[in-house]
Amino acid sequence: MHPAFSVIFLTTLIGVGQGMFLALFTGQSYSAVELLPSQDSTQFYGYGAIIALLFLIGGLIASFFHLGRPERAWRAASQWRTSWLSREVIVLPILMFLVFVYAVMHYLGWDSVLFTSETGARLQLTLIVATLGMLATFALFICTGMIYACLKFLQEWHSPLTVINYTLLGTASGFVLATAFSQHNAPELMRFYGIWSTIITVAALITRVASLIRNANLKSKSTVQTAIGVRHNTIKQKAMGFMGGSVNTRDFFNHASLVLMKSMKWIFLLLVFPLPLVLLWLGMHENNATLLFSAFIVQYIGLLAERWYFFAQANHPQNLYYQTV
Amino acid sequence: MTQLALVIDLNVCVGCHACVTSCKEWNTSGSSGFMTDENPYGKDPTGTFFNRVQTYEIGEFPSTETLHFPKSCLHCEDPPCVPVCPTGASYKREEDGIVLVDYDKCIGCRYCSWACPYGAREIDETQKVMKKCTLCVDRIYDESLPESERKPACVLACPTNARLFGDVHDSSSEVSVTIREEGGYQLMPEWGTKPANHYLPRRKTRMHIHEDELQRADNPLKKEERGPSKPVDGPTLDDSTSW
Repeated sequence: MHPAFSVIFLTTLIGVGQGMFLALFTGQSYSAVELLPSQDSTQFYGYGAIIALLFLIGGLIASFFHLGRPERAWRAASQWRTSWLSREVIVLPILMFLVFVYAVMHYLGWDSVLFTSETGARLQLTLIVATLGMLATFALFICTGMIYACLKFLQEWHSPLTVINYTLLGTASGFVLATAFSQHNAPELMRFYGIWSTIITVAALITRVASLIRNANLKSKSTVQTAIGVRHNTIKQKAMGFMGGSVNTRDFFNHASLVLMKSMKWIFLLLVFPLPLVLLWLGMHENNATLLFSAFIVQYIGLLAERWYFFAQANHPQNLYYQTV
Repeated sequence: MTQLALVIDLNVCVGCHACVTSCKEWNTSGSSGFMTDENPYGKDPTGTFFNRVQTYEIGEFPSTETLHFPKSCLHCEDPPCVPVCPTGASYKREEDGIVLVDYDKCIGCRYCSWACPYGAREIDETQKVMKKCTLCVDRIYDESLPESERKPACVLACPTNARLFGDVHDSSSEVSVTIREEGGYQLMPEWGTKPANHYLPRRKTRMHIHEDELQRADNPLKKEERGPSKPVDGPTLDDSTSW
């Protein structure tokens, strides 16, 4: 497939936003049961949620560049019964609304304690919103992943690994951002987030490599024989019916050289996994915000490469009909 | 239930592209708007087509065959492009099984074209909506046309009659009988899309002449043939009678 930058930015940006929100939710739920010191509502949760919201908005804006008719985008919410894309279109604004409410409640201090247990655990109003947001976040990860995983003849995508990778990679980038953010706004939580970032990034490495291995061993179900229904071992296309190119030749081929494909794989494996982790631990060790933020930026650039590779690697069966001009 | 479809006879198609041009001509003049043609006479011409004719070479020289292969939307009975559409612009008609796009609802997200394994859908780069073969839905029901012309433009244009049009669910229709009797098949059956359009395979017409057909044992000519009469020893009728 041809990697469309609108979709690359959409999926990576909302991934950061979702991961950042999950990090805030994790932090708050730990502190609710007094496993972590509680943080300032405005400085940490309020601003943190606004950052998450900005990434979600960025993703939403990027998605509009993918549409031919963005003015009709509202129609996309209608087919949620059958279309994962439609479900994503519904869940994304719901999540954005919940994150917005969460940010406002923290910012304005609308955070009454609803319930305190004997052990001292507190159930705050914002935690209920955060829990709903957490559910919406995972629902959004599933929707985004299933958009690709549900297309059965794109065999590289048609696997539960697609959904798992979207979830883990998005969460990892959000947690790395949360680590960098907490360095200034909640220094007590920096190590907590740093350790979770490492765990999630390593988990993402395992599942992403698993999907790379799976895809390397895929055998295409469709062949030129099944495409035109002729049973002969040697079939060569001599003409695709036109010479100037069409949507079929532009949208479905990655137009990348083998060298670029191979190098992109190693680039993203390096930029998403080991390099940010080194920067992250160096940054935590030195207590250096620049190093921590560069860990996030390096990983984000790596994720752009990862998403590019994800699209470029998928081989659409329609390409069998467009082998030669 | 009706399922209109095309049956394309690969044995007869000569690859003349008449179906391609007549399709474009009819549909670019249709009520749903023109079909984009960018740089039609320039360096990189590109545009929207509902129908393409491709050419394949089967086998290795010298024992090769050329196959001309017209390709358009197959109007699948289980179309994978329809459920993925987020707006409902893509739909399959209950009454005749034609898969259509509502150009007023389409947002041009291209997801349906990703979901079609045949590459039958092409986005119109000017109108920014997805387009595909309509089976000339604006023509086949048009009662202002004589009944013989209420067929898709490609079917009418085909000079070798390689394209048949009809209801593949009606077991006695011309298309159903042809599919049954001439070995009609579907493309990429491995994906379970159940394409309504069928293709008829190349069929070699060979004469089988057995040797005893050249040397017939019961050749009537030989039966009637008389050998030379033997010389007669005894007196003949001529000898015994004198006039």
